[in-house]
Amino acid sequence: MKRKKKYLWLSVLSVCAALGVWELVTDILQLMPSYMLPSPAAVVEAFIYKLTGGVNPDGATLWQHISTSLKIALGGYTAGVVIGVPLGIAMAWYKKVDLFVKPLFDLLRPVPPLAWIPLLILWFGIGYSAKVAVIFLSAMIACVVNSYAGIKQTRQVHIWVAQTFGASDLEILFRVAIPTAWPMIFTGLKTSLGSAWMALVAAELLASTSGLGYMIQMARQMGRADIIIVGMFVIGVIGSLMSGILDLLGKKFVHRGGSK
Amino acid sequence: MEPASQVILQCEHLSRSFRRPDGSMYQVLGDVSFSVHENEFLVLFGPGQCGKTTLLKLLAGLDRPDGGTVKMNGQPVAAPAPSRGVVYQTTALFPWMTVMGNVSFGPLAQGLSKEESRRRAQYFIDLVGLHGFENHYPNQLSGGMQQRVGIARAYCSNPQVLLMDEPFGHLDAQTRYMMEEELVRIWQEEKRTVIFVTNNIEEALYLADRLILLTDCPAVIRREYPIRLARPRDYVDPEFLHLRQEISRQMDPAQ
Repeated sequence: MKRKKKYLWLSVLSVCAALGVWELVTDILQLMPSYMLPSPAAVVEAFIYKLTGGVNPDGATLWQHISTSLKIALGGYTAGVVIGVPLGIAMAWYKKVDLFVKPLFDLLRPVPPLAWIPLLILWFGIGYSAKVAVIFLSAMIACVVNSYAGIKQTRQVHIWVAQTFGASDLEILFRVAIPTAWPMIFTGLKTSLGSAWMALVAAELLASTSGLGYMIQMARQMGRADIIIVGMFVIGVIGSLMSGILDLLGKKFVHRGGSK
Repeated sequence: MEPASQVILQCEHLSRSFRRPDGSMYQVLGDVSFSVHENEFLVLFGPGQCGKTTLLKLLAGLDRPDGGTVKMNGQPVAAPAPSRGVVYQTTALFPWMTVMGNVSFGPLAQGLSKEESRRRAQYFIDLVGLHGFENHYPNQLSGGMQQRVGIARAYCSNPQVLLMDEPFGHLDAQTRYMMEEELVRIWQEEKRTVIFVTNNIEEALYLADRLILLTDCPAVIRREYPIRLARPRDYVDPEFLHLRQEISRQMDPAQ
């Protein structure tokens, strides 16, 4: 803890240096025209404008964009988790499910979720559903992969222990295999949240009528680099906030997984 | 002490082979037959890595023999059952459960109520000397303490037979002596039939009512020794040393 504090200035330094260089090339030396790289002050101004209810140039406030994006991301993510985790667990535990699902899954897994977008737009239009479906796909895949790997880590001797105590197959799954897998399952929840958020923003760049990705896209068309940077910043902050929240939950619920 | 006369577990002509990666077979268990009496402390003693664990797994029902049968109370053993508790070589505790969680796992799996399971677990936790450690996780315990939990856990599902597969093999010598002493104390307090596998002659002689000497691969019974030394035993007692020497001589394949 003490060491962390001692070197905090290094982290502060890097942020200050980046801001300094940015200020230098814009306001001070004017190496970059402001329509390509606005000054930090201009970005802050745009941020405050959007935050306090400004609707130009994309027709909605920052809060509306954030709420659209979050709704889609969390909707698709939740569906991905609810389907993906049990599916991964079932595949790892039941040989027949594995044999049945694996070929399809292996074929679909390398397809980037974004490659689904054209087809999904054909099916669902550019509204809510198409994007939820993209997020669902990207979240589900990470959940399946991690839950599967987690269950496969179950030690044979633990299964024997449970068997000699007369535990049924289902009891062994729930009381031995899933606790073993829990840290991995949690890793899956985290990575899939990250990939869901990234897939969402990309999906909104392509097909959208609101949302953070849409805001960035509109800003590009209007030549508003300041809004683009505001959008990127907000996406970054929300992404790391979400992963931070999951980390905290993880510390609370996974700390016992420790040694094997 | 004389073993009670009632036979509880019986193996007849057990054999087991495994397939090597290249497809050839190797036999780890020859033709093994013996009976175990109620409340007897039987030690299966033999050199090397061969056959003993396999034999114990057959007795537990965790593996099936190629030939022969295992019978418990006259009934053939086909699957693992709570009546045969196992203490494993490496600690096989569940790392995500506390000591209490581990020990009460058996009774819970057998459908006992939570209160009853905890009450029973508490009794055996106290018996193995871990009072006060109920809420510790296995990785917070030393190796010896972990094996105490393993013993309490095996006891807690109230088995008729306890199968122990070199439970002290990974402990340092000092802890090992202490655990052997402890095991005898626990066993004398809570008598069960114990079948104990080891490749350590001192340990075998310290614990056994009866000792079965197995050969190396494929394992067959070479000789049987009733061990009538009084308990608690002394590692440097002349009779103890004499037996030790005799059995060691028997192990020498040149004989």
